[in-house]
Amino acid sequence: MNAWLAQHGAAMASAFRRLWSTPLNSLLSLLVIGIALTLPGFGYVLLDNLRDLGRNASGVQQISLFMNLDASKKDVGDIEGKLRATATGKWRFVPKEEALKRMQKSEGMAEIVASLPRNPLPDAFVIEPSNTEPESLEILRKEISGWPKVAHVQLDSAWVKRFDAFLKLGKLALWMLAGIFAAGLVAVTFNTIRLQVMAQAAEIEVARMIGATDSFIRRPFYYFGALQGALGGLLAAGLVLGALRLLAGPVGDLASLYGGSFSLHAPGPLEIAALASAGAVLGWLGAQLSVSLSLRKFD
Amino acid sequence: MIVASNLTKRYPGGYEAVKEASFEISAGQMVFITGHSGAGKTTLVKLLATIERPTSGSLVVNGQNLAALRRSAIPYVRRNFGLVFQDQKLLFDRSALDNVLLPLQIAGLPRRNAIRRAQAALDKVGLLAREKARPIALSGGEQQRLAIARAVVNRPTILLADEPTGNLDSESATEILEIFADFHRVGVTVVVATHDQNFIERYRPTVLRLDHGRLL
Repeated sequence: MNAWLAQHGAAMASAFRRLWSTPLNSLLSLLVIGIALTLPGFGYVLLDNLRDLGRNASGVQQISLFMNLDASKKDVGDIEGKLRATATGKWRFVPKEEALKRMQKSEGMAEIVASLPRNPLPDAFVIEPSNTEPESLEILRKEISGWPKVAHVQLDSAWVKRFDAFLKLGKLALWMLAGIFAAGLVAVTFNTIRLQVMAQAAEIEVARMIGATDSFIRRPFYYFGALQGALGGLLAAGLVLGALRLLAGPVGDLASLYGGSFSLHAPGPLEIAALASAGAVLGWLGAQLSVSLSLRKFD
Repeated sequence: MIVASNLTKRYPGGYEAVKEASFEISAGQMVFITGHSGAGKTTLVKLLATIERPTSGSLVVNGQNLAALRRSAIPYVRRNFGLVFQDQKLLFDRSALDNVLLPLQIAGLPRRNAIRRAQAALDKVGLLAREKARPIALSGGEQQRLAIARAVVNRPTILLADEPTGNLDSESATEILEIFADFHRVGVTVVVATHDQNFIERYRPTVLRLDHGRLL
């Protein structure tokens, strides 16, 4: 157990030394890996922010319920009871008198409203469901439509559906992008490790002759690949954070022009760790492939 | 300790470097393998060190038949041997001490312990004062002594050398052979391949004489 730990410690230390001993090469490899991971990383953060934007945008996931014109106060009370029973979130009752008053306030509408013989507007409810998944919104809309004295239920679901489809497409594109860049990362590590194996041919040959096992020879390369990948991942996280910081001001300005307040949220420690781990796993994989191929000629 | 019977090594292309060699080396013996160049000395050493595999026949070392060894077992068998090559195979990117440390790192010894043993090995070959020197800064004789320190640091039961004095002047060569004789005196089995007749008279070892791959 002690020997095992000592050997892993030594392999890790040797990986660090190799990274340090060729600073320029290491820096270039890290840049390539970092940039390769930045694009999918940035795409992920962007989609995450868009999803939040969609979730927070007010008025998007509202259901408007219009009563029949002949609905009585009792009917309205029934609906209110049903809404309370289904407990779908917040709702607000808009009496027809209030709706008419609001309409009168609108520019150019006052005269038209005044000329009407009676109030043409129905009582209405504006519902903000707590569950905003497009599917469940649709189910809720259908259910409400079936209630007595309900004339019309309106859900701006087309918009929600479109947005959702867009996010799904974005996610798919992101995965494809991530796959391509992951392959790139593996290839970069493969090549770095291949060059290292060639540079250390003498050491490998001697070590083999004096009784080194395969894993003793391979281990430092695996650690090197994983270390390089992890550092590349951290670099990518740094680049993403930097880009978000640069974008934060303009995005805030843009949001305030549209009368909203929206701020980009940056990846958290967990996401940064995930990026570094992804880099480490891919680096390890590249090293494994490379060492297996490169060491064949030593047999 | 080492028993070879009908040991044959045929290289691709049909050349037989060692032909049906049978011999026995007992523990603590000092054995010289001699013969003209191309007689098969190096091949025999490589067979013993499991660097080459026999084509036919058997070669038993410490009760293990090297001809029927699984690939994964080879590293552990090699650790029984201290190997000294004619071209030393030192690593020039590290100090003398680090060269000697390599077998101990392979064996997984804790570093502090390993350094103490490596220094003892360097002391034994008279190189302790040069532990920080790179091999390139050492003379030919010193390089060969460094190679011996690396071979013995793991306390092998068999010391195996292929033309260890091949590139040295006679004074350095004598030093090297003296070191081998010292190890022989403390009970290590020493097998040396050499074409140098002078030493055979001095140490009176058991001699395996090869001629075109055949033992005489």
